[in-house]
Amino acid sequence: MTKREIIWNALRAAFPHTIPIFAGFVFLGIAYGMYMQSLGFNAIYPILMSLLIFAGSMEFLAANLLLMSFNPLNALLLTLTVNARHLFYGISMLEKYKGTGRKKAYLIFGMCDESFSINYSANIPKEVDKGWFMTFVTLLNHSYWVLGSALGGLFGSLIHFNTEGLEFVMTALFIVIFIEQWRKEKKHLVALIGLTASIISLVIFGGSGFIIPAMMAILASVTIIRKVSEQKEITV
Amino acid sequence: MSLSLQIITIAMVVLGTVLTRFIPFLLFSTGKTTPSYVQYLGSVLPLAVIGLLVIYCLKDVTLLTGSHGIPELFAVAVVTGLHLWKRNMLLSIAAGTIVYMLLVQFIF
Repeated sequence: MTKREIIWNALRAAFPHTIPIFAGFVFLGIAYGMYMQSLGFNAIYPILMSLLIFAGSMEFLAANLLLMSFNPLNALLLTLTVNARHLFYGISMLEKYKGTGRKKAYLIFGMCDESFSINYSANIPKEVDKGWFMTFVTLLNHSYWVLGSALGGLFGSLIHFNTEGLEFVMTALFIVIFIEQWRKEKKHLVALIGLTASIISLVIFGGSGFIIPAMMAILASVTIIRKVSEQKEITV
Repeated sequence: MSLSLQIITIAMVVLGTVLTRFIPFLLFSTGKTTPSYVQYLGSVLPLAVIGLLVIYCLKDVTLLTGSHGIPELFAVAVVTGLHLWKRNMLLSIAAGTIVYMLLVQFIF
């Protein structure tokens, strides 16, 4: 195979995996662009922020940061808190992103929730180059998000189609990935811990502050499991 | 806020996001062998973190007021049931989303 064929094959293999993200990101991107427009920002703001930040929920919060009084340290700390879940993605992708050469920096830069979950869970065919496959998943997702933000920022006021509820496409995607992982694994303890720790944390801390406590609970639980299984010499 | 202060604020958000994404790769670079505890975390965390993402998506559901989470519950059931039955990713996602949109637009 020539290099061109390798790249083309990877793109064709990656695209179908990103179709749900296309729907979700174009919609959410439009919503984001319209939101920025409603706050009085020129379309260049949502376009550049989507290109450079590429983290949906944080971009909505960043819009508010721009309207408050200038506080760069607060902006940095808020971002670290909201995006702390990426640390788990990075730890999970240490092995998978190995050997991807110069594409690795972009793979890490573009590791949003959706790119991570597809690149982690997709069964990449043997004949398809893994590095290029993951790069295209990331690049396509990134393009959809910027495209949506641009459409919303430029033409948001012209859109009248009732899109209420379309954001559920992301929830549906993660449910399907959860089921696929569940079927792949023999033991389900850790998956159940992820769900229950998150639910308990959400009940206690509420929607805006539950992620970090949930992450800490997950980390503590899997560490205890490791200790226990080491003592019993049972693999989890 | 002036343009230069806006640029600094956005740069801080970019920096924070990039840090959360790059830190694990910088700490455990390919040259050295990754500690076994971190390897273990890398193998089990994805199983837990997808559950976290599902809950993250549903975090704004109100059980006690509004629609009481009924559209969400119904749509989650459609996605789960259909996926266990047909195991077609796009079908499960599309059907669940359409059901959800119909519910929130016309019934609730």
